[in-house]
Amino acid sequence: MLEIKNLHASINGKEILKGLSLSVKPGEIHAIMGPNGSGKSTLSSVITGNPAFEVTQGSIIFEGKDLQEMAPEKRANEGIFLSFQYPVEIPGVSMVNFMRTAINEQRKYRELPPISATDFLRIMREKKALVEMDNKLTNRSVNEGFSGGEKKRNEIFQMAMLEPKLAILDETDSGLDIDALRIVAHGVNKLKSPENATIVITHYQRLLEYIIPDYVHVLHDGRIVKSGGKELALELEARGYDWIKQEVAV
Amino acid sequence: MSDTIIHEVTQSEYKYGFTTDIETDVIPIGLSEEVVRMISAKKNEPEWMLEFRLKAYRHWLTMKMPEWAHLKIPEIDYQSISYFAAPRKNAPQSLDEVDPELLATFNKLGIPLEEQKALSGIAVDAVMDSVSVKTTFKETLYEMGIIFCSFSEAVEHHPDLVKKYMGTVVPHTDNFFAALNSAVFSDGSFVYIPKGVRCPMELSTYFRINAVNTGQFERTLIVADEDSYVSYLEGCTAPQRDENQLHAAIVEIVAMKNADVKYSTVQNWYPGDKEGKGGIYNFVTKRGICKGENSHISWTQVETGSAITWKYPSCILQGDNSSAEFYSVAVTNHHQQADTGTKMIHLGKNTSSHILSKGISAGVSQNSYRGLVRVGANAENARNFSQCDSLLLGDKCGAHTFPYMEVNNESAIVEHEATTSKISEDQIFYCNQRGISTEDAVGLIVNGYAKEVVDKLPMEFAVEAQKLLQITLEGSVG
Ligand SMILES: Nc1ncnc2c1ncn2[C@@H]1O[C@H](COP(=O)(O)OP(=O)(O)OP(=O)(O)O)[C@@H](O)[C@H]1O
Ligand SMILES: [Mg+2]
Repeated sequence: MLEIKNLHASINGKEILKGLSLSVKPGEIHAIMGPNGSGKSTLSSVITGNPAFEVTQGSIIFEGKDLQEMAPEKRANEGIFLSFQYPVEIPGVSMVNFMRTAINEQRKYRELPPISATDFLRIMREKKALVEMDNKLTNRSVNEGFSGGEKKRNEIFQMAMLEPKLAILDETDSGLDIDALRIVAHGVNKLKSPENATIVITHYQRLLEYIIPDYVHVLHDGRIVKSGGKELALELEARGYDWIKQEVAV
Repeated sequence: MSDTIIHEVTQSEYKYGFTTDIETDVIPIGLSEEVVRMISAKKNEPEWMLEFRLKAYRHWLTMKMPEWAHLKIPEIDYQSISYFAAPRKNAPQSLDEVDPELLATFNKLGIPLEEQKALSGIAVDAVMDSVSVKTTFKETLYEMGIIFCSFSEAVEHHPDLVKKYMGTVVPHTDNFFAALNSAVFSDGSFVYIPKGVRCPMELSTYFRINAVNTGQFERTLIVADEDSYVSYLEGCTAPQRDENQLHAAIVEIVAMKNADVKYSTVQNWYPGDKEGKGGIYNFVTKRGICKGENSHISWTQVETGSAITWKYPSCILQGDNSSAEFYSVAVTNHHQQADTGTKMIHLGKNTSSHILSKGISAGVSQNSYRGLVRVGANAENARNFSQCDSLLLGDKCGAHTFPYMEVNNESAIVEHEATTSKISEDQIFYCNQRGISTEDAVGLIVNGYAKEVVDKLPMEFAVEAQKLLQITLEGSVG
């Protein structure tokens, strides 16, 4: 589904990703862990086409299509979704209007007519229930004045609305309280299918107790330096990153 | 925002740039006393009207074009302008008689008369060039005692009303363009709502400029008698032109005791091309007077067009307990320049005014808000709140705010707040990531930003205004 080969990417001339490779198949859950500043968010930005970053080398292929040829909105409409580490506030744009626009853009891309008002409201209701999102939030402007946890929950709500093939969750767990974490993780699991895949970026084993990964990768200094099964996350939790950094240095 | 994005988004061309080929009857170019007399004669005006024009013309000769700090206005040669153009055919009584070309033009604009009539029950008084071509629903209104007709018809059929109110809010001596308009105005609309009558429908006029080198000098007079209500809509889109065209309109509103007048505008004159060539010069004098106690006037405007806009819809709050509002969205893109705002003149006791101005600048445009709040010595307990927001798309455009306050009564409370914001790359990318193109994202954000004002517009106008905002900034992502 997603094939990343020898990816190099930089921002403002500074190289952040330094030859990263990753292969994700349908139905898989990949966890990416790694120290602060190692390039995890950069990877998600590059996959989704954030123009602030420049790919200098390597390739990103999604379902056989070269993502570098595609504008960010096209990648989104191809089914790639990013739950932002820092969701952006858009004052004045209501959640309802935002979501309806997003859904209709996706439908247009798939040559479907715009969604009817009743269908839209029904789906909104369903997905809100799925992540137990408060009605009050969807009546407000996108993320405006949302608490940290509310923003994260709103990201998963949007993911549920858009039903992506590939979801990248960038530290969705940070900022969520214990109950919210369970609810959001439950929502993510509900959306799982053999056809779609998830990349979970996290610092904590806790989330991975709910969303059980098939693979765990350690990102360090712009490269994946270690991969393993879900037990690798436990080991990292217990030992930290230093031993891996030493292994790499050898 | 990055230059490339700005470049892409500012590349959109004026969507309504086309001309219709309706024969026009043009008086030779240039301005003189003789031309003023000719205009009056062509319109079969009574002597008092001619006198009014001549007085204004003579006064205009003594005046100089004003200079502004934030507008760069090329020299205008008033002798190279034609001061009168009227469609040749006689004014039709029904839609069937309307020039099919004109109907086609309205169709291209997406505002077909037919549809409007059917869907929204608007009485549409379409002004093509200088003479009213079409008035609908006039008869229905007439039965309620409401007069809604072209200014020329009002001069002919309701001379007493016209004589009583014309020039009382905007005297011909008011400013250079008001004097010019008073001398050569071609036509416009006249509205009179009698005592105790609530006008049951939105009254609407569409202005268009359609003859080469023809100055447009509309004149509108709205009188709302005691305890009456009216909502008036003015909207315009203009076809593409190479020559700069001058537009100097006057709008006067009189609100008597307990009267309520709502005046809404969506303005979309041709703004010129991307290099700043062509485009309409829009110098408008709009003013209302809350003459009676408890009277109320509100101005709502969405300004997207014109190369240069100079416009300050204002209110004189003369009656005790009267109130006024000014809600404005002004968008400038490419080389457009706008200097708009309002004046609130508090004279009566317990008067209040509210100003909400939202500027949006893109390209290399300049967008200025200029507002005056004056509280007279006898205006006990006057209240004003002004909010001026600016939104910048890109970093080559400018937004300026000039609030002036003259408070001569200690009991007054006058407050002013201003904000400036930018559309951030993060916001755009967030939308992109949800499948929304940059253009649509800007549309969403801009419409969100302008919503508070757009919501004040009547429904059918609000939809059009939203479309206009997006079209104007299309390609112009910030
Ligand atoms: N605009 C920028 N200019 C310069 N450096 C940047 C910029 N954005 C990110 N970086 C740098 O890129 C590196 C990788 O950042 P990134 O956000 O990808 O890290 P991360 O692995 O997601 O970290 P965290 O765990 O803290 O979220 C960091 O050193 C960061 O400072
Ligand atoms: Mg990060």
